[in-house]
Amino acid sequence: MLMRGAKLLIESLKHEDVEYIFGVQGGAAMPLFDELYDAEDIQLIPMRHEQGAAHAADGYARATGKVGVTLATSGPGATNLVTGIATAHMDSIPMVAITGQVPTQLIGNDAFQECDVLGVTRPICKHSYLIKDSSEVPEVVAEAFHIASTGRPGPVVIDFAKDAQFAESEFYYPEQIELRSYNPTTEGHPRQIAKAAELIKNAKRPMIYAGGGVVLSEASEELRQLATSTHIPITVTLMGLGAFPETHELAMEMPGMHGSCCANYAFTDADLVVAIGARFDDRVTGKLEVFSPKSKKIHIDIDPSCIGKNVWVDVPIVGDAKNVLRELNKKVDRKTDIEPWLRQINEWKAKYPFEYRQKGDQIMPQYVIEEIYNLYSDAMITADVGQHQMWAAQYFKFTEPRQWLNSGGLGTMGFSMPAMIGAQIGRPDKTQVNINGDGSFIMTIQELVPAVSMKLPLKIFIINNMYLGMVRQWQELFFNKRYAAVDYHDNPDFAKLAEAFGATGIRVEKIEDVRPALEQAKEIEDGPVVIDFIVAEEENVYPIVPGGQGLGDLVRNEEDARKGLSGWIRGLA
Amino acid sequence: MTQGRHIFSVLVENKFGVLARVAGLFSGRGFNIDSLSVSETEDPNTSQMTIVTHGDEAIIEQIEKQLNRLIEVIRIKDITKENHVEREMILVKVAVDTAKRGEVLQIVDIFRARTIDVASESLTIEITGDENKLRAVIDMLRPYGIRELVRTGKVAIMRSTGK
Repeated sequence: MLMRGAKLLIESLKHEDVEYIFGVQGGAAMPLFDELYDAEDIQLIPMRHEQGAAHAADGYARATGKVGVTLATSGPGATNLVTGIATAHMDSIPMVAITGQVPTQLIGNDAFQECDVLGVTRPICKHSYLIKDSSEVPEVVAEAFHIASTGRPGPVVIDFAKDAQFAESEFYYPEQIELRSYNPTTEGHPRQIAKAAELIKNAKRPMIYAGGGVVLSEASEELRQLATSTHIPITVTLMGLGAFPETHELAMEMPGMHGSCCANYAFTDADLVVAIGARFDDRVTGKLEVFSPKSKKIHIDIDPSCIGKNVWVDVPIVGDAKNVLRELNKKVDRKTDIEPWLRQINEWKAKYPFEYRQKGDQIMPQYVIEEIYNLYSDAMITADVGQHQMWAAQYFKFTEPRQWLNSGGLGTMGFSMPAMIGAQIGRPDKTQVNINGDGSFIMTIQELVPAVSMKLPLKIFIINNMYLGMVRQWQELFFNKRYAAVDYHDNPDFAKLAEAFGATGIRVEKIEDVRPALEQAKEIEDGPVVIDFIVAEEENVYPIVPGGQGLGDLVRNEEDARKGLSGWIRGLA
Repeated sequence: MTQGRHIFSVLVENKFGVLARVAGLFSGRGFNIDSLSVSETEDPNTSQMTIVTHGDEAIIEQIEKQLNRLIEVIRIKDITKENHVEREMILVKVAVDTAKRGEVLQIVDIFRARTIDVASESLTIEITGDENKLRAVIDMLRPYGIRELVRTGKVAIMRSTGK
């Protein structure tokens, strides 16, 4: 059947079972929005800014495991998507970003709202297409979804010239996609798996280090089996939180810069590290030269370029975590004989838990997180970027994969609230809780508008310390308290602002009001609620591995910091 | 670590933007390109790139892996490790008047180069060869005054393995 390009695209999306598109309208995308106007199977979620649209599509993908779809116009619409595409790219989130482009004959002409979208997005997406001929639409869409969702997932950009959106072509959807140049390895090599099993059996101080790849490949069950059958302690990265229940006795909590002492000390002493879907990121390893110096490393990852990039690996296994773990579990199904090591781990855990001190009658930010956990332990949590993010990662105990949605790689402030809208739409069965900062909340605050319009029951909790807190912390510790451009005391009253948006706004300034406010938020089901928690202004995140230091040199708490401060300054100079 | 020189033979889909993706990868990740040549193969759907680069082992491994990540890259071979032949062509314009022309033509002859243009004040020469030969020719011609020099960048191919 002949149909115009825009309809071909929407029909193709239906073939990919797309249910929602997060978009912002604009000139070069008008035919596409026109098609969506009465599309029955696909619902358009109109957002207020393209960055918000991209984060919402991303949040939908993280919450559901499906491909998120975002739609914007050419030029500024497309450039506004960039942060969202880069965010998804860094965290390997399956997403398809569709942008309108000026008509073919105007491309390259510096036309109104023209931008070389492929050029701009090339380094921050997995692949990209420019459609100038409507007959290519079905094949491009099929390829885009295939590439976005397989192998190491990632965002794919489709730039669609406006004249091609109008041009008619025949609709024929390819049943299967075969790309001779794209065949991700999903099965681990049996010989490598056997080698890994040998190392695991013989290790005396082994640990598992699991990351976001476990969540992406839905391998949590296999991971749990590996840890519990062998009884090997496990640390899960910021991106992997929830892949293994943090309430389990083998859990050592998050590693790295603001990770637990136990996980970091374990890295330093381990004789075997089993890395699964994690990429030895600099925020995890600290100074590479002294990272886990005594251990052999097994690295399971679907992306060969991740293996051996930062750290020498003894047994590389390229494959999908789920498949590889399933095979590995057949070979290592017995408790390893590592009692002294486990005693050591438990001692560290008992001795150095995450801790903070109550200061006067201020609301401590960590306390707010603890209370959120007490009341919303089953909720899906989106967090933004900064101190509140680290406290959320530390004090909330995640037990399920996809329970924690977070911009770990790019560290995009403003990610979480729009991402939460996507999560709410993808998983309406879950209570959606957003832990945000006063700096990050205002970066994408406009997305409260669609949240209110759609009456989404979002719980938005702001940990408001009137500073760009993480940077302020670094200024305090490493820049002699010169607080350049971090003072946010001119923040608006977020509760009143929320009310102006049509949401419920609550301001909490006293400790005794924290819990009642959180309880009150539970009851509000007809729209978003924003609670502005006015917390201690200059509280710091501990432990901290100062930049450029090894994990073993972490500063455990405030007292350590006071003693060691001059030493770090020397180290940094 | 040693900064080895490597020649990658990269077969890619002959599609719009592939060169930008490859070049962008090198610049974005801070890898070096010493030379790059690209053209269609016997199959119009594919192009062959010959990329000469250098770096220590870890970098070379990353270059190969990162190239492989590009969707439109079909096959990569680090042919430095294999038995191969490599060639490059240069066109060089040498400043010679009639008095010195004979000497330069002798050099052309010895290196089995070709004269492709003659003018009263200059001579343009085409030379094909491997790196050593080209260096030797340029060294010989330099004293006469090189006005202009262009080179194609290397192309390389594996030798047949007998039988």
